[in-house]
Amino acid sequence: MMPRETLVNTVLALLLLAIPLVAVAIDEPFYVTLSTRIAILALAAVGLNIALGLGGLVSFGHAAFFGIGGYTAAILATHAFNAEPLFFGLEGTTSMPWIWLVAMVICGLMALFIGLISLRTSGVYFIMITLAFAQMIYYFAISWPAYGGEDGLSLSVRNTFPLLSTAKPLPFFVVCYTMLLAAMVLFSLIRGSRFGAALQTARQNETRLAAVGIVPLNIKLAAFVISAIVTGLAGALFADLNRFASPSMLSWHMSGELIVLVILGGKGRLFGPLAGAMLYVMFEYTLGGITERWQFFLGLILLGVVLFIRGGLLGLLAGKARYG
Amino acid sequence: MVELVLEIREMCKSFGALKATDGVSLDLRPSEIHALIGPNGAGKSTLMHQISGSIRQDSGTIRFLGEDITALGMPERVRLGLGRSFQISSLVPEFSVLRNVMLAIQARQGSSFRFFRPVLNDKSLTEPAMSALERVGLAKRANFLAAELSHGERRQLEIAIVLALGSKAFLFDEPMAGMGPEGSKALTAFLDGLRNEAPILLVEHDMDAVFALADRISVLVYGRIIASGKVADIRNDAEVRRAYLGEPV
Ligand SMILES: Nc1ncnc2c1ncn2[C@@H]1O[C@H](COP(=O)(O)OP(=O)(O)OP(=O)(O)O)[C@@H](O)[C@H]1O
Ligand SMILES: [Mg+2]
Repeated sequence: MMPRETLVNTVLALLLLAIPLVAVAIDEPFYVTLSTRIAILALAAVGLNIALGLGGLVSFGHAAFFGIGGYTAAILATHAFNAEPLFFGLEGTTSMPWIWLVAMVICGLMALFIGLISLRTSGVYFIMITLAFAQMIYYFAISWPAYGGEDGLSLSVRNTFPLLSTAKPLPFFVVCYTMLLAAMVLFSLIRGSRFGAALQTARQNETRLAAVGIVPLNIKLAAFVISAIVTGLAGALFADLNRFASPSMLSWHMSGELIVLVILGGKGRLFGPLAGAMLYVMFEYTLGGITERWQFFLGLILLGVVLFIRGGLLGLLAGKARYG
Repeated sequence: MVELVLEIREMCKSFGALKATDGVSLDLRPSEIHALIGPNGAGKSTLMHQISGSIRQDSGTIRFLGEDITALGMPERVRLGLGRSFQISSLVPEFSVLRNVMLAIQARQGSSFRFFRPVLNDKSLTEPAMSALERVGLAKRANFLAAELSHGERRQLEIAIVLALGSKAFLFDEPMAGMGPEGSKALTAFLDGLRNEAPILLVEHDMDAVFALADRISVLVYGRIIASGKVADIRNDAEVRRAYLGEPV
């Protein structure tokens, strides 16, 4: 028999795939966009889940990577569209794979820098330092008029992917969905690997890690970088979804939202981010239609999850996690 | 002259006004068990922490296998072969007993930056981990979570981890604590054999075990070594009896 968690995961994965297919069939493209939003937020949260769920690194600055990913997409596309070279004669591009690569490299380097400083601290200091870096980048973005400043930067058309017409909602959803699945495969491999063993030890007992001869900082730094790269990719897709890179992608609200997704879904769980993103977007959509204060109710629900079902949604549906 | 495994010279460590370690010098020779005894709060654990590198001394030097390791952190010292157990067990609670030992094996292999291959069916990890568990008699508990172990079993697991590291010297801080008479006896016999693998610096309150095992004993009181020598000498030392064994002279 299939373990219960596998069953829950399969249902979640198929559900997210089914909604847009049905929506296209009954000609309701809005639901395709909604599902794409879920897939992208889940992807960003899978990234955070590597740092937060596996490594116990409560980064309150992952909006930095989400936003940098978004701005990378928008900036490269704008330069390509206006046929203005970037610098050193480098051209912009509207090709998604290239954009992703650039976004991931920038986010990785940024995370290396931020991590080297912030990971020397822990607990509330780590939270504050990551927040401070993200806010610095946020203020930098809104005060840089060349790329939209406070107005953000829009894309005239959605970027392209070989052989797909990404301007249509369904092909773009498929791109995002595939990336989400790929990231979850990566998450699952990492979790089960030697690196994952060291990382999960860093969360549970850092002294133990040092006492077998592994330097905790190195492990946490690598995890932070990988985590940022995945979240950065999500940011690039998010800009393409909205055809807009907004400074709000960089703000601390976004960082908080990503933490909420991970905790709501169940931190450290493979499908936690997807479950969290589904619930979050559903609330945003349904409650948001009824009252502007939907986040108040979301807060109540989050309180309930944290107080009564410690393992998040996945903990509720699939039981306690076991690590073998 | 015998090559010394560990040479600790003039270690000092204060916590505020409290001199927890006050000019301690200590050696560990090949294949010996050197017991460090002393009343509660004497500074035994604090000294062990400084030797293992988990806290930094205020002054003093440490040489290990002829190399000055004073400036190295705990992970580097462990990789050179200085293995330790903790007075209060320090394990990975959500991992199985086996995975706790597998972590030591992977660390020893220097292979923690492998991201893809699953560890759970990796024989190069599970097999040596299992044989370390067998040596301490914990094999039948391999698949339990570390958090589910009894106090005594946690101590055994700590020893298995240090064995798995292939250490060249062992620092054991009260390994018998919480073991019960049966367990203490078994562990005493085990440590007796272990000294041939690598020398042991042993902090222990169980005097039967100390007298049975130790080649040499050092007595620590208020951060100072007040006596050091062969078992018989220490047993008969008046100052030690007064300060530690609690006997009127
Ligand atoms: N981190 C610390 N900060 C302040 N004081 C400390 C610290 N660690 C230990 N001490 C103090 O240093 C002294 C020595 O403590 P230590 O734990 O080394 O004693 P011990 O000999 O191991 O005792 P026991 O036999 O109870 O394990 C004690 O008075 C203790 O309260
Ligand atoms: Mg102690």
